[in-house]
Amino acid sequence: MKVCDIVEKLNLKVIGGSEGLQNEVVGGYTSDLLSDVMGNANEGQVWITLQTHRNVMAVASLKDVAAVIIVKGLEAEESTISQSNDEGIPLLSSDLETFELSGQLYELLQ
Amino acid sequence: MEFNYEVEGGNFAKAGNAASSVKKVLKQLNVDPKVIKRVVVALYEGEVNVVAHAYKGNIMVDIDTARIFIRIQDEGPGIPDIDLAMTVGYSTASAMVREMGFGAGMGLPNMKRNADSLKLSSKVGEGTIVELTTNLSK
Repeated sequence: MKVCDIVEKLNLKVIGGSEGLQNEVVGGYTSDLLSDVMGNANEGQVWITLQTHRNVMAVASLKDVAAVIIVKGLEAEESTISQSNDEGIPLLSSDLETFELSGQLYELLQ
Repeated sequence: MEFNYEVEGGNFAKAGNAASSVKKVLKQLNVDPKVIKRVVVALYEGEVNVVAHAYKGNIMVDIDTARIFIRIQDEGPGIPDIDLAMTVGYSTASAMVREMGFGAGMGLPNMKRNADSLKLSSKVGEGTIVELTTNLSK
């Protein structure tokens, strides 16, 4: 499954990094602790978080995640969006809570 | 091959720049992607530690055919109890740093896990030196 398929099926908004919408998704990782993501997320996973600052994109890029989804309709900072564009890693947004969104993504990837 | 990076204490906007640059260099050198991943995690954590705790720091990365050696040296408050600092979950990070999702007490343990050797020395009131070695055995 590709990031663009997830965008369509989970009704996500693309905020940045549309260059990477064809990235292949191999799984998901839900966490708001950046060190946890650094230590435990894997390449090609979609990262679900409520963090909105630009360090999210630094971690996303270093870990080669497929995309980042910000939950609860929270707005990403401008610098986060521009870094997402620079890195070509999709920055997506959902109005859902972390629990619901993670559940839906899990279902989708089964 | 030696690379040097300056790190500004408190400047989270630049946190990760050194790790990102080293990642690119290692890719160009065709280093095993698994090794690159480990080096990048360890270096990023070290970089964030300097940003979160120190006033300023310097990162030296030396690469040869046998190993990647990284020295992260900072001017900062130092670490009074290194064993405690190495404990998962222990952190002295500020509330602001924690809100950003850092300061969960995972940094140094992540560094240890992702390097073949980690040496840490610190003087309270002066600063801290972390040395990371990653072997490049084929």
